Amino acid sequence: MSFITVNRLWKEYGSTIVLENLNLEVEQGEFCTLVGASGCGKSTFLKMLLGQEGPTRGELALEGEEFPGEPDRNRGIVFQRYSVFPHLTVRQNVLMGLELEQKPFLGKLFGQARRQALEKVDAMIESVGLAHATDKWPHELSGGMQQRLAIAQSFIMRPRVLLLDEPFGALDPGIRGDMHELILKLWRETGTTIFMVTHDLQEGFYLGTRLLVFDKVRNDPQQPEAYGATITYDLPIGETNGQLYDSIESSVSKTARNLSA
Amino acid sequence: MRLINRHPGGAVALLLGLAPFLVLILIYGAASQQRLAENPNDKLLPGLEQMTSAVNRMAFQEDRRSGDYLMWQDTKASLQRLGIGMGIAASLALVVGLLNGILPLARAGLAPLVSTLSMIPPLAILPILFIVFGLGELSKVMLIVIGTAPIMMRDVAQRVRELPQEQLIKIQTLGANTWQVITRMALPQVLPRLIDAVRLSLGPAWLFLIAAEAIASEEGLGYRIFLVRRYLAMDVIIPYVIWITLLAIVIDQLLRLTNRRLFPWYNAGGH
Ligand SMILES: Nc1ncnc2c1ncn2[C@@H]1O[C@H](COP(=O)(O)OP(=O)(O)OP(=O)(O)O)[C@@H](O)[C@H]1O
Ligand SMILES: [Mg+2]
Repeated sequence: MSFITVNRLWKEYGSTIVLENLNLEVEQGEFCTLVGASGCGKSTFLKMLLGQEGPTRGELALEGEEFPGEPDRNRGIVFQRYSVFPHLTVRQNVLMGLELEQKPFLGKLFGQARRQALEKVDAMIESVGLAHATDKWPHELSGGMQQRLAIAQSFIMRPRVLLLDEPFGALDPGIRGDMHELILKLWRETGTTIFMVTHDLQEGFYLGTRLLVFDKVRNDPQQPEAYGATITYDLPIGETNGQLYDSIESSVSKTARNLSA
Repeated sequence: MRLINRHPGGAVALLLGLAPFLVLILIYGAASQQRLAENPNDKLLPGLEQMTSAVNRMAFQEDRRSGDYLMWQDTKASLQRLGIGMGIAASLALVVGLLNGILPLARAGLAPLVSTLSMIPPLAILPILFIVFGLGELSKVMLIVIGTAPIMMRDVAQRVRELPQEQLIKIQTLGANTWQVITRMALPQVLPRLIDAVRLSLGPAWLFLIAAEAIASEEGLGYRIFLVRRYLAMDVIIPYVIWITLLAIVIDQLLRLTNRRLFPWYNAGGH
């Protein structure tokens, strides 16, 4: 039995079919990148992994058990934006998860327990390279720093699954490179299973262990919502080549044009 | 340069801001002088002299009958009613607004009621308040509460719902239970917004206070104004109105500063 099992999964909103017949098995510790045209359901898939949305049909299982129907501390998430709490400093943002876990009622740590937690927090802040900004407010940070903070906030909980929805979409290419290194480092250290959505096929091709391409196989120009997307390519990273890259690229952009037409 | 792109400098802005006040004072002064020249006993537009002597009488001399300093006594009574009323209204708004904003079940049960309550014209139920709570302090405080709380409740609930969905998901992935979502995410972010809501509600609150005092009271700023109206005592009324306005400005600014002090992230655009 694999860690995550997706079996004949469908997702519909009313008469709109977003995802159709998804089948997938993911082992613990894999790093899957998801690419696909805008609007083809990548975020929807992450929402289902998170428990924010349920499947319309089919099976979605974590270690053989049905996915919990609401978000929990085992599945972390980093969104493109709004992932950190504006009313907390960098340090308080990272500390938050530990406090919530240890103090169900107060939600705050004091004294010795707080000092111990802060040691962990500071180490985590250090490892995402925000040590110089520990006491800053999020609005004082650049976009890249905010994403580092969001990543630290999620990783400190050591979630079993980490979902990243275009986490670097708003960052410039130079900073993206740094962020890739950061995420790979934390991934190796923690062994978390990662799903990352990206618009950058290049990113998808070289980051992680496995590339999942979401695409529509069928398309009805009169009725674009009649068919959903499914996983058209499921490739181990490293066994890819330029020709494949071009063919995925052209297929995805064709779907993108259809979707936006 | 286009008019929309021309910004006044500090000194110019100050002058532009003061100018309308000066103009109004000058117009009033001229009109008052003219009337007083025709009839030194004119009561309609009292001059500075009459007004200072009235203030002196009201604020710095014991009242002959009661032995109180009336203006301070009025101020204390009114501020106390306003403070208690707004305190209760803000607390209610915080609790109900938070629940409505964050718990779908609470919203289903309470939101229609709150919306309906906020549509009732508060002054229309003032007689009911007098009948139910008597003519004492309680009915005046209740008028302020009923007049301001429902709107603030809606405002707070709206602010909670405006918090990004991403945050709500995020805190759940950090393991928060419902209580923690409320206390560690919604409450701290909504407090500065509550203070803003209170600032906006202070205008209506003064209105309700003065209306209630005018109708049934033995002391208070509104009571005094409506009492001396019988004698056409504009020399008391005008300073009282200016005093009320000053109080309102000071309270508003104090709240603004409190917000700045307590919530540095809020005013720096961190929301
Ligand atoms: N709550 C909803 N109700 C109805 N339709 C929805 C809902 N959420 C998503 N959709 C639809 O599902 C489709 C997939 O949306 P989704 O956000 O998953 O796309 P995506 O692949 O993440 O796109 P992008 O790359 O632009 O983020 C879209 O056509 C969208 O309109
Ligand atoms: Mg998306």
